[in-house]
Amino acid sequence: MSEQSTSPGADKGPDTGAVENTVAPTTDTVRVETAAAETERDTGGGLMSGSFGRNIGLVLALLLICAAGVITAGDRFASIDNSLTILRFAATIGVVSIGMTFVVTGGGFDLSVGAILALASVWSTTFATQNMAEDTHWILMVFAALAVGAGCGLVNGVVIAYGKVVPFITTLAMLAAARGLAEIISERRTQIVRNEGFKDFFSADVAGVPLIVVIFVLVSAGGWVLLNRTTFGRRTLAVGGNPEAARLAGINVNRHTVMLYVLVGLCCGLAALMLIGRTSTGSSTHGDQYELDAIAAVVIGGTLLSGGRGTIVGTVLGVLIFSTLSNVFTLNNQDTSTQAVAKGLIIVVAVLLQQRLARRATTT
Amino acid sequence: MTETPTARSGQPLLEMRGIVKRFPGVLALGGVELEVRAGEVHCLLGQNGAGKSTLIKVLSASYQPDEGEIFWEGQPVSLTTPQAAMDLGISTIYQELDLVPDLSVAENIFLGHEFSTAGFSQRGETTRRARELLARLGHREIPAGRSVGRLSPAAQQIVSMARALSHDTRLLILDEPSAVLDQGEVDNLFRVIRDLTAEGVAIVYISHRLEEIRQIGDRITVLKDGSTVATGLAVADTPTSELIKLMTGRSIEYVFPPRGKAVPRSAEPILEVSGLELPGVFSGVDLSVRAGEIVGLAGLVGAGRSEILETLYGARRPSAGTVRVNGRELRRASVPAAVKAGVGLCPEERKSQGLLLDQAVYRNITISTLGRFARLGFLDSRDERRRAATVTESLDVRPAGVDRLVRLLSGGNQQKVVLSRWLLRECRVLLLDEPTRGVDVGARAEIYAVVRSLADSGVAVVVVSSEVEEVLGLADRVLVVREGRVVHEGPADEIDESRVLDLVMEGKVA
Repeated sequence: MSEQSTSPGADKGPDTGAVENTVAPTTDTVRVETAAAETERDTGGGLMSGSFGRNIGLVLALLLICAAGVITAGDRFASIDNSLTILRFAATIGVVSIGMTFVVTGGGFDLSVGAILALASVWSTTFATQNMAEDTHWILMVFAALAVGAGCGLVNGVVIAYGKVVPFITTLAMLAAARGLAEIISERRTQIVRNEGFKDFFSADVAGVPLIVVIFVLVSAGGWVLLNRTTFGRRTLAVGGNPEAARLAGINVNRHTVMLYVLVGLCCGLAALMLIGRTSTGSSTHGDQYELDAIAAVVIGGTLLSGGRGTIVGTVLGVLIFSTLSNVFTLNNQDTSTQAVAKGLIIVVAVLLQQRLARRATTT
Repeated sequence: MTETPTARSGQPLLEMRGIVKRFPGVLALGGVELEVRAGEVHCLLGQNGAGKSTLIKVLSASYQPDEGEIFWEGQPVSLTTPQAAMDLGISTIYQELDLVPDLSVAENIFLGHEFSTAGFSQRGETTRRARELLARLGHREIPAGRSVGRLSPAAQQIVSMARALSHDTRLLILDEPSAVLDQGEVDNLFRVIRDLTAEGVAIVYISHRLEEIRQIGDRITVLKDGSTVATGLAVADTPTSELIKLMTGRSIEYVFPPRGKAVPRSAEPILEVSGLELPGVFSGVDLSVRAGEIVGLAGLVGAGRSEILETLYGARRPSAGTVRVNGRELRRASVPAAVKAGVGLCPEERKSQGLLLDQAVYRNITISTLGRFARLGFLDSRDERRRAATVTESLDVRPAGVDRLVRLLSGGNQQKVVLSRWLLRECRVLLLDEPTRGVDVGARAEIYAVVRSLADSGVAVVVVSSEVEEVLGLADRVLVVREGRVVHEGPADEIDESRVLDLVMEGKVA
């Protein structure tokens, strides 16, 4: 056998050399099989270009919505101010959706993201509205929000991984409990943040771009690296793709599952801070229906709801599609009900396309 | 049931000729012949992976054959949908019963063809007809109104049969019906089968238990590696030894690599298992494997072989016993601990337990060694690919190319990918569960050679296989497992296949 190490993609060379060097007698069936697998490989390549094509499809959809915006709302849509409005709107839900992408890729599901966000926002702002806020630094608010998010995620993860309760039920329970707790703490009042340090920091601009948009960009980039370039990401794909095989390969599947829920919880805590920064308030109604928006963005982005395949780029595009769409509807004075109908249509069409692609990939 | 004209004319009820079924990379059925007459019990024999399940799925139209013809009462038919098979009168009772646990017995029996008037179900009629069918099967005691989930497995099976009969069944396929039954229930099942055949219903009976086939069967068809090796043998004229030979005998000779020189008995064992017990499955298992030694576990399916491997690997929690690797005791029920200590498992179900089918070859190989390619958690995937390529080249995985999806490889090459994973990890103990199931002959020989060369390099190997010849040919030492206990231990060259089969079947062959 040749001594040169094979670089990826260098496998198109003839297999004959390898066949002649087999340890044991090779039969004709093996050769036939090789040829068969060779033809199949081409469809494998097609699959790769398929996922690339999907992102192109999402970009086209986004451009289409933008075109609709330009036509119907003209300069009111195509302005820097409006673009920043869209991005600011996309940023909080975007950060949550990145976390959701990891959980879903790892074979899980989280309905409690919006409630965790609300609880984190209330807990965090309680620090700033009570008397002690006078002499405490606003960084405490940051820690509080992140700790609440991570803590709720930890509870979700432990119940799911070690208690073997299905994610749907566990996070549904967390949804109810976290929002209820947020209502108790805030006494159902909107808590206004007066801490100047916090407000100055989170409403700041970085080179003309709002800080929360910058955070969204950083989280997306970090998420991409984490999913595609680290052991954590690789294990997430393995655990979501085939948990039994991952377990027998020596991965601590339960511990990894817990980490995934902690990660999405942290994202919710961060999103809570961004939302407080944008609105200067903490409230038990924050993040209402974020779970549905985040799952919708993740799914139309191309992450498999059954786990094992995830795309950060797709999720970001999914988030942008929904927030741009809702911006265009608002500029045209359409109410949120019409938006909801359009959203529903987009989800169904996107998932139908996704399934068709998946079927083509498995049957050939 | 109506009198079947075919029973008298001698024309077979069902005939399958030259059935071929291919799956990507695997030839599941390579020209199977089957002929079933009305009113007979036709037994289908064969080891795991011989193609029995695929054949009955073709017959019940869950799968479409790629080649071959099917005749029903002499007329060519094409079974394109499960409904078409059902319309002819073919019913299948699978090993995993397909009943709805929360519906009642009667509702389950008539599921899909309920009695209704204008959409309202006729509960009275349904119950009455269900009682009739249960009575016909001799099981009046099963309450038609009880939910199926609360019945015993035996009673559930009767409900399945009642459902089959509700379709005016003329050919009933029973896939290992006795697996969930105790002796009394088996006798009952046989009585039901005799009643049915007396009414002209044909039965295709699948079982591993040869003594059952002696009791109930009329004729036998033996499958092996996806082909018919014998068809229409009369049960009464065929000795058990002949059947075992047909099932296990090699059509093509195995190519086993020569054994190296014997590992001295005094050598320190790498793997030591003592008193391992998994309640209800196996108990008191002692096992020690020295460096360079291959130990084989022989036994029937269900004797506990796979469970022994999985338990000592930490994938199941034992109730007693210890596992030591290099003298250090492993933490109980922890796969990561076993892997860390240098143990690797190639599991029985390659696709569902071993591989990430939709991921690239290299990712499947490096999954147990990720830490080695990571700096601060960041993976060097070029290094990963390079190292994976080195291993796959040494095992001659075809087609080469570590970016290929594992799903697209043949069974033998998929098995080599799992082996590559542990080769890359340089494990000290390798556990192989059915390493050549679904693997073609050429690749089998290659896998044997790899296993032997690993042993020669000092790895301790444990092999589980349903094929006695494989265990005897590959292993240095053999342990025979029967019903969760090790009943024999000794050098592989001091025991032959028929002796192993005797040990394995003891108390089973009449």
